[in-house]
Amino acid sequence: MELRVEGLCKAYGGMAVLQNVSFAAGNGVLEITAPSGTGKTTLLRILMGLERPDSGRITGTEGRRWAAVFQEDRLLEHLDAAGNLRFALGTLPEGTGDLLARLGLDLGDRKAVRNYSGGMKRRLALARALLAEWDLLALDEPFTGLDPENAARCRDLIAGAASERIVLLAGHGSGGGFPVFRLTGQKGS
Amino acid sequence: MALAAAYPHGALLLASPVSAAARLLELLPSAAFWRTVLFSSARILGGFFLGCTLAVPLAAAGAAWPAAADLLAPAVAAVKAVPVASFVILALVWLDGRSLALFISALMVFPPVYLNVLAGLRAADRKLAEMAAVFHVPLGRRIWGLYLPQVLPYFRSAAALGAGLCWKAGAAAEVIGIPAGSIGERLYTAKIYLQTPDLFAWTAVIAGLSVLFERVLLLAVDRLAERAGR
Repeated sequence: MELRVEGLCKAYGGMAVLQNVSFAAGNGVLEITAPSGTGKTTLLRILMGLERPDSGRITGTEGRRWAAVFQEDRLLEHLDAAGNLRFALGTLPEGTGDLLARLGLDLGDRKAVRNYSGGMKRRLALARALLAEWDLLALDEPFTGLDPENAARCRDLIAGAASERIVLLAGHGSGGGFPVFRLTGQKGS
Repeated sequence: MALAAAYPHGALLLASPVSAAARLLELLPSAAFWRTVLFSSARILGGFFLGCTLAVPLAAAGAAWPAAADLLAPAVAAVKAVPVASFVILALVWLDGRSLALFISALMVFPPVYLNVLAGLRAADRKLAEMAAVFHVPLGRRIWGLYLPQVLPYFRSAAALGAGLCWKAGAAAEVIGIPAGSIGERLYTAKIYLQTPDLFAWTAVIAGLSVLFERVLLLAVDRLAERAGR
């Protein structure tokens, strides 16, 4: 499986955010690094089909399922962990409890997510993505708000899940030793 | 009011609360009274639910396609601005008197429900909607889990307003259309024969039904709000 991006351009109000972006990603994790505000989120949004590029070509996403950890957690704050997973996934897949436990979360915790700490919300958002059925996984700064120990645990889980699928990890350098695509561009979103 | 009622013949123009209450107590045990209440309630409440049934999907269409909202905007503005009596007279040309209250109630309920639900959907969290789209969450689950909890508070205030409006406008339509066996007909007859205790008694019935319906409706909406998204 390969994802190929060729000559991707995107501008907002005449200001270029992505200029002639090209790269290819095979199975495994590809880390997309760039300073803040230089188009990482825009790139992921375009790849997921949430925005249209001004020009360029994307191949390898047709008919493929995405899952994502967005820049914000995007959880249903009034629901507990299980409720959030059920909303996104329909049912709780086998191994849900184990995965949550590895992320330091408890499936039996009936507490509404609004009462979670920032790090717990981030880990639940990652669990939701990892438990979904996906071919391509977009992770937008997934380690934000995590302590080094939890960040390392999450990195391992991501690497494990990516063996036969494509993971695009946008950030400032995860320290996971993944291949890196350095995005250069104008200051944008 | 008490002063006018105190005059020997004042009751002709303004019945005392006692005579209105006495007349209401006289009416309550009769089958004809309940048939009349049922006749008008069925049409007025039918109009309320018809108005909601039309308004909610059209608001959803308006939120999804702004062009649809733009297209509907002049019609909604016209319904809001034109006096009820004008619609009633116009509707009498097209409809028989028995369906009049249904149509007029629906017409009065439609604008507030449509506009509020549209506002609620427009204010709904787009980021959560994007998340649901990426995870391919089915539409039914999105409506129940995502949109309903966000839109119900908007619907609630419109429903409270609409519940009062539909009884006022529905009863007014019946007074003009005079369908046989309706509360409106009873009000009209009371006016013709200067039966002011009857007029007050039936007015109290309309007010009571309106308050009762609003309470029950809001209770149901609140129950739904507690469950929605769970």
